Amino acid sequence: MDLENQKRVKEFAEQYGPENVVVLLGAAEGEASGLAAETVTAGDPTYAGPLTGVSLGLTVYHVVEPEVKEEFDPAVYDEAVSMMEMVLDVDDIIGEMTSIREQFCKYL
Amino acid sequence: MKAVIKGAGYILVHTPDMVLHNGTTQTTERIVNPESEYLKELPKHLRSFDEVCAYYPNQVYIGNKTPDDLAALEADKVRGWVDIKCDVTDRYGKFGQIMPQEEFLLLMQACDVFQLVMLDKDFVAEFKPQFAANPLISEDIVAKIPEAQTEAAEIARLVEEEHSEGLYHNGKLVGCVKRAHDIDVNLSSHVMHEDIVSKASSVLSILAAIKSTGVAKDDVEYVIDCCEEACGDMNQRGGGNFAKAAAEIAGLNNATGSDTRGFCAGPSHAIVEAAALVASGTYNTVMVTAGGCTAKLGMNAKNHVEKDLPALEDCLGGFAVVLTADNGVDPYINLQMVGRHTVGTGAAPQNVIGSLVAAPLAKNGLKITDIDKFSPEMQNPDITKPAGAGDVPLANYKMIAALAVKNGELQRADIATFPAKHGLTGWAPTQGHIPSGVPYIGFAREDILAGKIKNAMIIGKGSLFLGRMTNLFDGVSFVIEGNDGKTQEAGGVSEEEVKGLIAKAMKEFAATLMAQAE
Amino acid sequence: MSILAGKKVVIIGDRDGIPGEAIKLCAESAGAEVVFSSTECFV
Repeated sequence: MDLENQKRVKEFAEQYGPENVVVLLGAAEGEASGLAAETVTAGDPTYAGPLTGVSLGLTVYHVVEPEVKEEFDPAVYDEAVSMMEMVLDVDDIIGEMTSIREQFCKYL
Repeated sequence: MKAVIKGAGYILVHTPDMVLHNGTTQTTERIVNPESEYLKELPKHLRSFDEVCAYYPNQVYIGNKTPDDLAALEADKVRGWVDIKCDVTDRYGKFGQIMPQEEFLLLMQACDVFQLVMLDKDFVAEFKPQFAANPLISEDIVAKIPEAQTEAAEIARLVEEEHSEGLYHNGKLVGCVKRAHDIDVNLSSHVMHEDIVSKASSVLSILAAIKSTGVAKDDVEYVIDCCEEACGDMNQRGGGNFAKAAAEIAGLNNATGSDTRGFCAGPSHAIVEAAALVASGTYNTVMVTAGGCTAKLGMNAKNHVEKDLPALEDCLGGFAVVLTADNGVDPYINLQMVGRHTVGTGAAPQNVIGSLVAAPLAKNGLKITDIDKFSPEMQNPDITKPAGAGDVPLANYKMIAALAVKNGELQRADIATFPAKHGLTGWAPTQGHIPSGVPYIGFAREDILAGKIKNAMIIGKGSLFLGRMTNLFDGVSFVIEGNDGKTQEAGGVSEEEVKGLIAKAMKEFAATLMAQAE
Repeated sequence: MSILAGKKVVIIGDRDGIPGEAIKLCAESAGAEVVFSSTECFV
């Protein structure tokens, strides 16, 4: 994850409390989604950014995952995301995200 | 009048040492994690010049192989085309060439008019004959290399004490780019290095396009540069003008020019502008050019190293496209069918594709399936897939197909075959603006002339939000169509029409005379 | 209990996946407060 984005995530977690912050991702495939999710939960796996060694444990979902999808206004989701959902490997994304959440999320 | 595509030039420059010293992934890592395993591992993953020339996508880029050849190859599920040695390994192709680093450092010096690029005299003595032997490098360019060069010790001092940016070859310091001002950050050695690299690779692209099209240098009236760098000083950071600076070195004496910017959408904007300038009769011949970007070298190399792949982002890319007034033969750009992502379009991927693909076609009464080939973002999937960005061209084709289904123009069952039928497999390096639609223009012209396809849509998309001035996305598309040969005379008036107009005028004149006689 | 309603949402979109601004529309429709939205680019 971009270093500046890591810095912002860290600041928001400190400002609002990690239990009040949810991260939503839009990565193009499973592995990249998993890496981003790991960064905001267990810490930056590439040891490059401000979240290196910082386990925020934030709640994190990819925007195409059913748990968050059911909370969106269906018309808005249809307009903004639905067609891209056809392009992405949603099962792969769900698999990677679920695994990271089960291991590292602290506020589920 | 129509603006036709006279042809294009495409070049790659193999710069393995710049991957290590100038790519931002590496320069960032050296700041935040100087002792990292990655920095130790990366040099082992750099390819030799021969390996770069034998890499199939590179041979497609310079025109020795076609996109169809590439699509027909069986790529490995994990390693893609990495382990396939192309049966053509020539560094020269019909569209351009792959230049090795040693020649490029000399070209940088030839393109520097402020004595900022200093080279080790032994390095110059060793490689100047090779540089001069390059068929695109004319004597006037070789003559720009100064006779007096620099001692190695002085170069080391300039790097250590004077904030100069080092130039390396095979791991050895062989030169440097000096800062152009002691205080002005916009003229720092880092910025000057980036700008001179961009300029030099643009010059090489222009020379490649001149050669491949046969257009006379003196016929080029205007040049538009569409790279993603900015040149200027502290009082005008993006003052410009890369276009004219490159035209000067390339010997386009009758040209002026300007820079157009739009992140990766820059080339599409520039080509639409160039076509409009030609179509309006403002200029007869316009060239659109862009050099490469050092910052993006090795951008995704962490992922490549981790997966034990070569650091595939080891080449700068460049291209130049020549547009001229209608000659009745070459394919032309249909300026009535231009797609635009507007301020109000929004960021939803379906709206982006809708505005760029479906909207301009619908305006002209066409369906998505009426376009034979789409060239959106032609990034090489060997580079992007290991980095988690997926197969970018394929994702674009799936989106276009999904939109066609939504619009009732395509059966859902045909989504799977749409990419192979209407798409291409990506072969361009991830140099931002370089893969953005334009790599296909040279082939599109040939495929249309050969009757293989009747039209092609070029799509450029740009991530404007990276500049922190807006959250907006951007994109522009245009369609290239076969020339029906009907409107080759000036002003779009055919010979028959001219004869008709003259006959009508004569009749009216005769009638006037007769009226006067009466 | 809902995941998003009333929460502070941070969005990390992807240019070649779902861009941040598109996710923002969805999150707001679920009653979340979007405090940051960005879009990453790997190409």
